[in-house]
Amino acid sequence: MTKAIAGLDIAHRIEQKFPGAVEEAIPEAATMKADRLAEVCAFLRDDPDLKFEFLSSLTAVDRLEYFEVVYHLTSIRLNQMTAIKVKASDRENPRVPSVTGVWVGANLQEREAYDLMGIVFVGHPDLRRMFLWDGFDGWPLRKDYLVGPGGRFPGLERFPGESQEPLGGRG
Amino acid sequence: MTVQTEPFVVNLGPQHPSTHGVFRLRLTLDGERIIDADMVMGYLHRSMEKLAEERTYTQNIPFTDRTDYLAAMTGNLAYVIAVEQLCGIEPPDRAQWLRTIMCELQRIASHCMAVGIFANDCGAWQTPVMHMLRDREKVLDLFEMACGARLTLNYMRIGGVSRDVPPEFMPTARKLIKDLPKKLDEYEDLLLENEIIVERSRGIGVLTPEQAMAHSVSGPMLRASGVAWDIRKADPYAAYDKVDFDIAVGVHGDVYDRFVVRLAEMRESVKILEQALELIPEGPVHAQLPTATVQPIDQPVAPLAIRPPVGEAYGRIESPRGELGFYLISDGSPAPFRFHIRSPSYINLTPLKLMSVGGTVADAIVILGSVDIIVGEVDR
Repeated sequence: MTKAIAGLDIAHRIEQKFPGAVEEAIPEAATMKADRLAEVCAFLRDDPDLKFEFLSSLTAVDRLEYFEVVYHLTSIRLNQMTAIKVKASDRENPRVPSVTGVWVGANLQEREAYDLMGIVFVGHPDLRRMFLWDGFDGWPLRKDYLVGPGGRFPGLERFPGESQEPLGGRG
Repeated sequence: MTVQTEPFVVNLGPQHPSTHGVFRLRLTLDGERIIDADMVMGYLHRSMEKLAEERTYTQNIPFTDRTDYLAAMTGNLAYVIAVEQLCGIEPPDRAQWLRTIMCELQRIASHCMAVGIFANDCGAWQTPVMHMLRDREKVLDLFEMACGARLTLNYMRIGGVSRDVPPEFMPTARKLIKDLPKKLDEYEDLLLENEIIVERSRGIGVLTPEQAMAHSVSGPMLRASGVAWDIRKADPYAAYDKVDFDIAVGVHGDVYDRFVVRLAEMRESVKILEQALELIPEGPVHAQLPTATVQPIDQPVAPLAIRPPVGEAYGRIESPRGELGFYLISDGSPAPFRFHIRSPSYINLTPLKLMSVGGTVADAIVILGSVDIIVGEVDR
C-alpha cells in the first residue's frame, strides 16, 4: 500500500527545515507560502526520507475568495504520497511561482491550469493557451465564468418540471 | 561541404491517421532533422471539468467513458474510486472482483488497439491491426453481455457495479482467456522480430528512468524505461491485492521497449483473469450506500442524490495508459465543487519534444505512436 503522508505531518517536516514556510495545514494537504514554494519543492524532491521525484498531478481550484494550486506528489522509490497547496489571493491577477524547475512534468499541467483557470505561473518557460485558442476571452473553469440559469445545478432544475424561464446565454 | 538550409515547418495533423485523432504536431525541420516540436491541441476539448460541476456525482459517470474512449472501464473505475474515498463507501467483494475482471479485459482490448495501430504507424500496414481488432471484438462482446454497450460502457457505480454479469458471461470469458495465449504467441511471432518494426523503433525516442520520472510519465512508457511502478501493485485497488502477477519492465526506454512492454502486459492480464475468474465469490454487487450520503435534494427530478461530506479526494488507478487520477472536491452539495482529471495521455506527451528533436519526421510518427495517446483524454 502506498503510504499517505498527511498534510499535518508534511507541514511539520517542512516547518523544521524552513521555519515560516507553511501557511496552514489540514489533514488532506499542507499550504505553502508562495514565495517559499520553489525551495520547499526542491527539498521534498531531494530529501532522502521523502524523495517525491514524481509530480502526479497539478491542478488549480477556484475557492471563490482565492485560487489554490494543488500538487499531488508521489515517491516511486519509497512508495508514498502527499499533497501540498499554494494560494493565490489576487483574483484579478493570480500569480504562483512555477515548479517546472523542480519537476519538468509540471510543464503541460501548468499550461493547462493557466489556460482554463488563468493562473500565471511565474518562471514557466512557455506559458501559452493549451486547449483554447489565443485571444479566447476569459478563464472557463473559474466559478464566475458563465454560470448557468438557476445557479449551480441548472440541469437538475430543468428536467421534468421544466422551469419556464428562458435559457441564459448558453442555449 | 556544408549545405545551407532554412528551417521550415511541417504540420503533422490535425487530420492525419498517425496522430490517432485530431491532434496536431507542428514540426520545425532543418533539412531532415527536427529542431522543434510544438503540440497544438484542443480540437476535441469539451470542457468536461466545467460540465461536471453542474451534474450530480452519478450523472458524471458517463463523462468518464468519453475521456479515454478505448478504456471506458478504467475511466469509470478511477472516478468511482475517488467518490468512494470521499464518502467512505466500501463496495462488496463480488463487485471488487468484477471490477478487476472488467479492467483487465479492458486493458487487453486497449493494448490490442495500441499495439496494432503502432504497427500501422511503423508501416506494417493494416494486417497486424486486423488481427488485433479480431480479439478486441471478442472483449467488446463480453462488455456488451455485461452492460449492453461496447464502447461507452457506463458500468461502474458508486458503491459497486451497475448489475451482475449474466450466467453466460463466465464461460465465454473463460474460453476467451484460454484462446488468448495462442493469439499472443501469434502476435509475437508476427511482430517482435519483424524488420519493419524493429528498424523503425529500436533506439528511437529514448527516455532514461530519471527523465521519465521527472517528466511525470506513467504507465507502459515509464515501465519501458525500467521503472517497475504499477499502481496495481504499489497501491492495490479493487481485488488486485489478491491476485499474483508480474510487472512488465523494459530495459532501454525506447519505442521498441514500449511496444514489447504492452505485449507482455497483455500476458499478465491473462494471468490475472485466469485467477480472477476462479476466485470470484457470489454475493451482492452493490453496497448499501450510507443514508447520510444519500439525501433527497430539493428538486423533483432526482429524488435521491449522493452528497459526499465536505472534503477532497484523489483517487488513482493504473489505466492502460498510465496513472489515471480524479481529484474531487466536495462542498456537501450533490455536485462536485471541483472535478479534475489527471489524464495519463496528456501528461505522457510532456517529453515529446525531448524525444523527437534530432530525429526525422518518420521517427516523430513512431514516437507519437508509442505514447499511445487518446485525444479524448488529452483534450477532455
